[in-house]
Amino acid sequence: MAEPASLKVSVWRGGEDGSFARFEVPARANQTVLDVVTTIQREFDPSLAYRFACRVGMCGSCAMTVNGRARWTCRTHVRKVVGEDGALELRPLANLPVIRDLVADLAPFFDKWQRARGVFQPKDAPDGAVPEDFAVVPPASGARQEADAGIECIGCAVCYASCDVVAWNPDYLGPAALNRAWTLVNDVRDGARQDRLDAVAGDAGCHSCHSTQSCTERCPKNLDPSSAIAGLKRTLFWDTLLGRR
Amino acid sequence: MSGGTAGAERRRRAAARGQTHLWAVQRVTAMLLGIAVVVHLATILFAVRGGLTAAEILGRTRGNGAWLAFYTVFALAAGLHGAIGLRNIAAETIGLRGRGADLAWLAIGLVTAGFGIRAAYGLFA
Repeated sequence: MAEPASLKVSVWRGGEDGSFARFEVPARANQTVLDVVTTIQREFDPSLAYRFACRVGMCGSCAMTVNGRARWTCRTHVRKVVGEDGALELRPLANLPVIRDLVADLAPFFDKWQRARGVFQPKDAPDGAVPEDFAVVPPASGARQEADAGIECIGCAVCYASCDVVAWNPDYLGPAALNRAWTLVNDVRDGARQDRLDAVAGDAGCHSCHSTQSCTERCPKNLDPSSAIAGLKRTLFWDTLLGRR
Repeated sequence: MSGGTAGAERRRRAAARGQTHLWAVQRVTAMLLGIAVVVHLATILFAVRGGLTAAEILGRTRGNGAWLAFYTVFALAAGLHGAIGLRNIAAETIGLRGRGADLAWLAIGLVTAGFGIRAAYGLFA
């Protein structure tokens, strides 16, 4: 890729009705987009607001829109995304309220995990008590493999910001919450299956998904929320057709 | 949960159940249409060999119960499938949502199907 001497960085400043500020930042070898943002804050404008914690792709807090596409900035090398002219455009995550500068408000995103019944409900202990005995869960069983496929989500909201359906319907639960629900539907220890399927059904839930798979394409953990949502649709289809709900 | 939010949640779940039914109807009608369109087109290609006359068509369709049944199912599937699809497009593009809109779309689907069934019956009777 191109190796320009300096980067021309446009950074979103202000709230929803803010505008871009432009910075010329020295290009360095192996720098990540998060390094660039940190450089801007430390050397050019200390009032710049952004969010990060671990810097190594574990916490999921540094996601932003980089050149029009939601990414983890800590795991995105500048040379992979920058144009030949050294242009870099940074915005807060899409589909979420902007608090300030590069910080989006993730409250609506996590509220939807709650609405999708994303909380594990122990079958043997509905009151939340620790069950008497260990549950036996064969790792090779189909249900467990479905659950394992989606369990590594760290809640960075990259999928949510990339989803067209969220943009069209603000009530839509979004890929991450539905993916979480699918892992629990497949968890044999969970006792809230019916309730959860009710919570993820309909226009605000899995039935609005168009399977365009931006979520799967852009998930930094290579998870497949699109297939999880298809699984929820399939389960609800047969449960509805066979009168199980 | 307070009484008000519990009631709202119950209503939301009832609505979601209705929406799930609409989704299921659209998928089932899609499967039916897949078969019906192939049969319909194959019949047209078969029927027009060596020209086509009104008398020939009526000779085939008049009193043919199986033919009427096929086109009744076809028209119902087409009407419902189209209306539910338009409902989804309207919801996403102009934000037309809600129970009233859903009932209106269902009525539009059934009326469309009614036109098709009336036409089929006209060739049957």
